[in-house]
Parts: sequence; structure tokens; C-alpha cells
Amino acid sequence: MNRFLWLALIALGLAAPFVVYPVFMMKLLCFALFAMAFNLLLGYTGLLSFGHAAFFGGASYVTGYLVKTSGLTPELGVLGGTLFAALLGYLVGSLAIRRQGIYFAMVTLALAQIVYFVALKATFTGGEDGLQGIPRGLLFGLIDLNRHYTVGGGPLGLNLYYFIFVLFCLGFWIIHRTIHSPFGQVLKAIRENEPRAISLGYKVERFKLMAFVLSSALAGMAGSMKSLVFQLASLTDVSWHTSGEVVLMTLLGGVGTVLGPLAGAFTVVTLQSKLSSVGPWITVIIGGIFVICVLVFRRGFVGELGRLLRRPL
Amino acid sequence: MGMSIQTVLSQVMLGLNNGVFYAILSLGLAVIFGLLNIVNFVHGALYMLGAYVALLGYSMLGPLLGKPDFHLNYWAALIVAPLVVGALGIAIEKTMLRRLRKFDHLYGLLLTFGLALIIQGVFTNYFNVSGDAYDGKPEVLNGVVDLGFMMFPKYRLWVIAISLAVCFGTWYVIERTKLGSYLRAGTENPELVKAFGINVPLMITLTYGFGVGLAAFAGVLAAPIYSVSPVMGSEMIITVFAVVVIGGMGSIMGSIVTGLLLGMVEGFTKVVYAPASGTVIFLIMVVVLLVKPTGLFGREA
Amino acid sequence: MNSLFPVAALSLSLLATTSGMAAPPKETVSDGVVKIGVLTDMSGVYSTLGGKGTQVAVEMAAQDFGGKVLGKPIVVIGADHQNKADIASAKAREWFDNEKVDMITGLLNSGCALAVQKLGGDKKRIVMVTGAASTDLTNKAWTPYGIHYVYDTYALGKVTGQAVVQTGGKSWFFITADYAFGQSLEQNTTLFVNKLGGKVLGSVRHPLSTADFSSYLLQAQSSGAQIIGLANAGGDTINAIKQAREFGIGQKGQKLVGLLIFDTDIKSLGLTAAQGMQFTSGFYWDRDEGTRAFSRRFFAIHKAMPTMDQAGAYSATMNYLKAIKAAGNDDPDAVMAKLKAMDISDFFAVHGKIRIDGRMVHDMYLMEVKKPSESKGEWDLLKIVKTVPGDEAYMPLSESTCPAVKK
Repeated sequence: MNRFLWLALIALGLAAPFVVYPVFMMKLLCFALFAMAFNLLLGYTGLLSFGHAAFFGGASYVTGYLVKTSGLTPELGVLGGTLFAALLGYLVGSLAIRRQGIYFAMVTLALAQIVYFVALKATFTGGEDGLQGIPRGLLFGLIDLNRHYTVGGGPLGLNLYYFIFVLFCLGFWIIHRTIHSPFGQVLKAIRENEPRAISLGYKVERFKLMAFVLSSALAGMAGSMKSLVFQLASLTDVSWHTSGEVVLMTLLGGVGTVLGPLAGAFTVVTLQSKLSSVGPWITVIIGGIFVICVLVFRRGFVGELGRLLRRPL
Repeated sequence: MGMSIQTVLSQVMLGLNNGVFYAILSLGLAVIFGLLNIVNFVHGALYMLGAYVALLGYSMLGPLLGKPDFHLNYWAALIVAPLVVGALGIAIEKTMLRRLRKFDHLYGLLLTFGLALIIQGVFTNYFNVSGDAYDGKPEVLNGVVDLGFMMFPKYRLWVIAISLAVCFGTWYVIERTKLGSYLRAGTENPELVKAFGINVPLMITLTYGFGVGLAAFAGVLAAPIYSVSPVMGSEMIITVFAVVVIGGMGSIMGSIVTGLLLGMVEGFTKVVYAPASGTVIFLIMVVVLLVKPTGLFGREA
Repeated sequence: MNSLFPVAALSLSLLATTSGMAAPPKETVSDGVVKIGVLTDMSGVYSTLGGKGTQVAVEMAAQDFGGKVLGKPIVVIGADHQNKADIASAKAREWFDNEKVDMITGLLNSGCALAVQKLGGDKKRIVMVTGAASTDLTNKAWTPYGIHYVYDTYALGKVTGQAVVQTGGKSWFFITADYAFGQSLEQNTTLFVNKLGGKVLGSVRHPLSTADFSSYLLQAQSSGAQIIGLANAGGDTINAIKQAREFGIGQKGQKLVGLLIFDTDIKSLGLTAAQGMQFTSGFYWDRDEGTRAFSRRFFAIHKAMPTMDQAGAYSATMNYLKAIKAAGNDDPDAVMAKLKAMDISDFFAVHGKIRIDGRMVHDMYLMEVKKPSESKGEWDLLKIVKTVPGDEAYMPLSESTCPAVKK
């Protein structure tokens, strides 16, 4: 894609906290990364996981625990959470890829439910109350992520924001590289025609599993970031509603597009924050968007735009 | 807590009581899946809707019609609720699911997921999430029966009996009658069935209506036992999905038997190690997937 | 005044750690408005006992106060925390950071309350919890800016537990909601049951929002305990009581005791199912002229009588506004000092006082559900059996683990 567009996006990300409420921006970045990780699986491998919250939430608990109880620095916490999600992804993936299509979706959903129960029952997760008061700590033991700078209107937590932004860019870069690597090409071949990929001699199961592990690791990284931003890991993060939400974000923005999940996450997170006053109607609205999306809008925003411009975005 | 034979029997009996709900719901899912090839995520919401038809029919329909003494009684609700919800299902199939038939089946799952959110959200708006009591339980079914090992409510016995009758009735119709043979043939080869002069799209629509009607029927049965609440379906549906994965979705009988068995296993777990009772079905699912990925009764995918 | 010393010391250290923050103006109302945020369960399991009704109560308080304090307008905003700590904490953060909210009240779930009170401590804003019950709020999770207003698990367990044991309910079995609130309610009640020579035979834990209690009830039944204690709330309590009736439990010798029950729960159960049950409450609408007058006004707007959470939110807001007026500004430290120094006395709180640990101590009531024959109207549900003075009902400071309490 256009190099200029990339630079513009990065500039936008760098300038954002001065214009938009930084916590909102960081939430957006976390969910955008989550959706992009999910899209790696759905959009580029053709696997619909309905249990991705397990990785997002699981990592967020692990990071929270490492930082809060073991006193690790935030970057090690994020690393720990990501590795945990990768391991969990390996276990879930090994089981789930034995089935295809709808079965795959239901198996991931049910396995994620086990993670949910563990989070509910285990002692270190804080059960219904969640893991609260997670400290942000000193990055590399040096930089205080809690530090606020007085800029213009009020105090801004810039250290944390740029840390999250850098992690987001790292995740984005990894996904981008994966898609355009030979590995990514094989994934697309599997998505388009699995029997053909098999007959070409590819060990399809292994590729699927690798994609699953990568996707869950990145989803985990997003969850780890989230637990530092909100200083909290809770059951919501591992619940099937979160799994459904990430599907919606991806679908809305455009499955199989690079920027789609970003646009989808932006829309959903904005809706949630703007419409929080309407109470339960938010569920109805989200459900309605889902239905409209599936019926008339299957390519999503970015996908439709790409079709108009006749180029992949 | 003692592990007396009495305790075990009582808990397994209660488990069977939950099991019949799993069985009816997974049966409906299996019937729909068989012909439409979609996982009907909205099933739980429609089960909830069935319970609300009973509740509202009993306590609100009268005043609405200007006859405050009118109550839609329980027996009528058992017929009306499936019809109302079935009609809604037919509308959903005709206006939405039909458009998706030529696309990936996953879109059906996503669409019904969205519908589930809408229905649940609307009810959350208007009704008490902690649940409302259904007062229309018939006099005849009040009271308890001495089973020897426990006192068991008459109503729950009725639920078990009628559910088993409905489940096996459905199995009989689909597996043993001519109508059923069309359905099964439609699953295997829609083109061929069409060639025999059977209106396949109509058959699909009616099947969907029947499947969700079963969910509504279960909802009415549940109303006098559990509180009728907007979330009663979403709590149930995930477990039922696991039941379906374990059973394999291949056979009608498979879904019935799996539902009943898993209900009892869950009940038994409550005696042995209660905290695991919420997860035991999912753990069994993992084991089944490892040993027989197509499910206990599933055909090869 | 020496009780204020630790508060001042802590706030100084807090100021030091948040050095980048702008210091609040001293003599006036910050941002020209006093903004009160009602953060509660607007859609979930507890929404009938708090929800919109809590916001209505807070709005009534703002209006009754005259709509202005120190010449500046009072604004009330509301949001749904959905009983999820993450949503509560994100909303509260946004309110503190962006919306200039000065005080948050409501908070119907212990997880949410703990998260928001912690944040209030970090950001130096007052949080008045009217809904949640966990005693942690005034103990290990204490902050100088948190007030726990209506009730807590200690008072509930002590008043109900003692009353039941004293009337012969010596052996107990608990059915407990498996999270912080339920566990702490069970522990607190157990303490008093044991103290008075009673015995706890066992307990069983159930997940939040359980549909089927039959198996737990059977375990309770076969334990042979006289008393089945329900350490849960809202829909769970209702379900458990209904299903106990279905199995004929609670009719032959065994008795069900709900440890946290709201008027709205009784309404949902019906008097026939609930009659004779005893529980503890911080408020009842039909207690005296004052409560009736408020409740009728509330009923005219909300179409339901106020629960203790809703009435408590009115009282909390009213006293918060009074404290701002008395302090002459809305600086959280000054307002907290005033709140802890003044008498809390209105239709809601009798002999009320906010202690150093943030606990608002006031009279509690042992309630009993009326028989259907005793009830004279839709909302004529309960009678007060006994009034327990606040100092007897709540945890004494000598047992407190609050860091502000000097031992």
C-alpha cells in the first residue's frame, strides 16, 4: 500500500492524544490490534474463531498478575501475557483445527468457555471482581508510565500512550509482514481452496495451527495492553460477548482487508462510548449492525471502498 | 456431604430434568442444521421468547384486551408459544436467512448471533433482568411426589415426561415417516427432491419454523421452574452448543441421547465435585474431540 | 481534629505522587459546576433495586437543594456499569478526566465499587457507595475519598444472624453466591452464629445468576440444618426461595433466611412465597412520616417505592451538597472533612455519622415480611421487628483493618 498513507496514519497516531481523550485512543488501539489479529485468522486463513476472547482476556489476566503480584516491569508483563496467549492458542488450536467451518467456530467457543470458568474460579483472577488496581509501573525499570504532563487543557499520560502506540505499531507490522510473506500466501491458498492446497503438498493443518497461534498471541498482546491501560483484568475480557464483538469489528470494517479491522474497531468503540447513555439499547444497536452487515454489507466499510476503488486496501 | 445412594439418585434425577431441556434445544438445533446447514445462534433467545409468551399471555394479555380476568392458561401457552415463535422463525427465514443461502454458512451463524443480541436487548429493556415469576402453573401439577429416594415436584416429572414424548415423537416423524424421508432426502440432495415435485424452499422454511417452535415449547416448560428473564436463553445456549458438538449434530437420536446423558452427568458432578459442574460438559467436549472429532453420533465431515 | 491527621498526610502524599496534576482552586466551585455522576446497574440483575431509580433519587436531591450550591448549578449525569468492574472503571475514569465529575454515587456491585473507589483515591475525587456491600471498602481498600453509605455485609450478617440464632435457629447451612460479596456475607454471618453458640454444618457455592437451585437446595435439605442461609442477592435469592417452595423445603422445620433482601425482591416473590422471612435493611419506606413523605414523592416519579439503595443515594447526595455549602468550596479534602465532622440525620439516616474509615454508621432494622392477610396495599410488604443502633450493627473500629484507624 501507499507509503504516504502509512506515514499519515503514524503521524495521526502520534498526534492523537493531544486532540482525542488518550484513554479512548488507547482503548481503540487495543481493540484494533485485537481485531487485526482476529482478521489474520478469519480474513486470511478462512477460520472463524468464536472464542478469541480467551486469548485477549487470558493474557490480560496473566499480565495483570505478573505486574501486580510478581512485580515485573510492564514490558515483561506484556511479553508474559503474549507468550501465555500463544501457548493457549497452541492448545486450543490443536483441538479446534480438527474440525472445519461451523464446527470450528463452536469448538473454539466452547473451549473459550472453559477459560472463562477458570477465570471465574481460580483464586489469582479475583473471580467476579476481576484483577483490580494493576500498576502501570516503570517501563524497563526507568520510565514512569503513570507520569502525566501538563499540556494545554490538562494532564496527559503521554508515556503510557506512546508505549501502547509503539506496541500497536509492532503488532501491525508483524501482521502486515505475515500477510505479505510466502507463509501468508499459503494461508490464502488454504482459504481459497483447501483440497487444492493439500494436493499441492502443503501440510495444511500445520499452517492453520501456526496461523492460529500467531493470531492468538497477537490477540493476547492486545489484551495485555488493555490491562495496563485500564489497570484491570475482568471476566468481560474472557466472555463470549467479547468474542462476538471482535467478530463484529472485523466484519463491519471488512474481512480480509488490512485496514478493515481498524475501521471496524473505531466504529464499535466509538458507538459504545457515545451510546453508553442509552443503556441496554446498545445491545440492540450492535445486534442490528450485525444483521445489516451480514445481509447487505458483507465486505464491510473498507471492503466496499476497496471495491469502488478497484484495489485491495 | 454424604455420597449416599439417595443423594446420587436425587442429583441425577435433577440432572435429567436439566437434560431434557438440553435435549429439546439441541434437537431443534440439529433439525435446523440438518436442512439449512446453519448454527442457529438465536435459538436461546427464542427459547426465552417462548417463556415470555407464556408469561405475558398469562399476566398481560387480559388487561390489554380489556378483559382483566382473562389469562392465557398454561396448556394453551404450550401450543400458542411455539406457533407465535414458529411464525417469527418463518419470517426470519423468509426475509433474512434465505438471502444468505448462497454464501458461506458462517454468515448464518453471524446473522443469528446479531438477532439474538437484538431480541435479548429489547427484552432487557422492558423486563426485569432478575426475572419475573410465572404464576400460571396448573393446579394439577402442584405438589410433590415421593419417589422413594426423594420428594420430587409433580411439575418437573411432567416436564420430563412431555419432553421425552416430544423428542421421541420428533425422532419418529423424521426417521420413520414419509414426510421425514423427504426432509432427510432434502438434506442430502435438494436438487433431486425438487425433481420429485416437492417445494424445497417451503420445506426449509417450515423446518426452521418447527425447530424454533421446539425452542419456544421448551421455554414454556421452563417458565414455571426458573424465573422468566431476558438472559435465560443466553445462559443456556453455550452449554447446548457444547452438547451439540459432543453429540455430533449428525443424528436426531444423537442429539436427544447426548442431551439427556450430559444433563445427568452434570447432576452427578454436583455430588462428586460441585465446582466442576459448570465445566464438566466442556471438558467432556475436549475429550470427545480428541478421541472422535466428529462427535459421538456424528458422521464424517 | 487529630482524626483528620492521617487524611491530611495521605492526601499530601497523594499530591506528591500526582505532581503533574493541576491543584484545585481553593475558595470556589471547580469548573463552575458541581457535577454528580450516578454510576449503577441500569440494565442487569440489580437494576430494579438501583438503576434509574437511583438516578431519580439523586436528581430529586439536587432539586430539593435548590438546583444550585454556592451559586453554581448542580448537574446530575448517569451511566450503566453493567455490573462489570471494567466498564465501571472506564466510565469513572472518563468522568473524572473529561467530564469534571466531582462525586460518584450508586455502584451496585462490590467489584465495581472497589474499582471506582480505588480510582477516586488515585484521582482525589469523592466516591459515595450506596449499593455494594463488601466491607473491604472501609478496610483494606479504604481511601481518604471513599464513603460507604447504606449497609455492608458485616451489619447484614450480624443483625440477621444474631436475631435468628436468638430465636432458636442454631444450626445453619449456607447457599452462597461464589464471589467476594457472597463469601464475605457468609463469613460475617458465620462469625455471629458461632459467637452465640450456633453451628454451621456446611455450605455450597453457586455461580452468580444461577437458574436452577434445586441441587443446592437438596444438599441443604439433607444436611439437616434448621436454617438455610442465602448469602446471595437479587435474582439468585428470588430463584432460590421460589424453588425451595417447589420442593417443599422450608415448610417442615427447616427455615430459609435471606441475608440481603430488597423490597423489590419481595415484590417479585409475592407475599405468599416470602411471608415470615426476616432480614436486615438500612431503610424501609413505611417507617415513619419522613420516609413516607419522601417515598410518595419518589413513587410519583419512578412508579415504585424506593429501596435502601435509592433512598440512600438521595441522602448521600443531600449531605454531600450540604458539606460543600459548609466548606465554602468543592475541594474534595475540605468536603470530606466536613462530611466526617457533621451529623448525618434525615429521613434516611437515623443517628448517622461518617467515621474515619468512611463507614456511615446509622440505625439498621430487622425486617419481617408480612402475611398476605396483613398487607393493606401493593407496597405494604414489611414490618420492622427491631431497630438496631448503628454502633451495634456495624463493625467497630477496633476490629477494623483500615489503614487510617490508629491502633
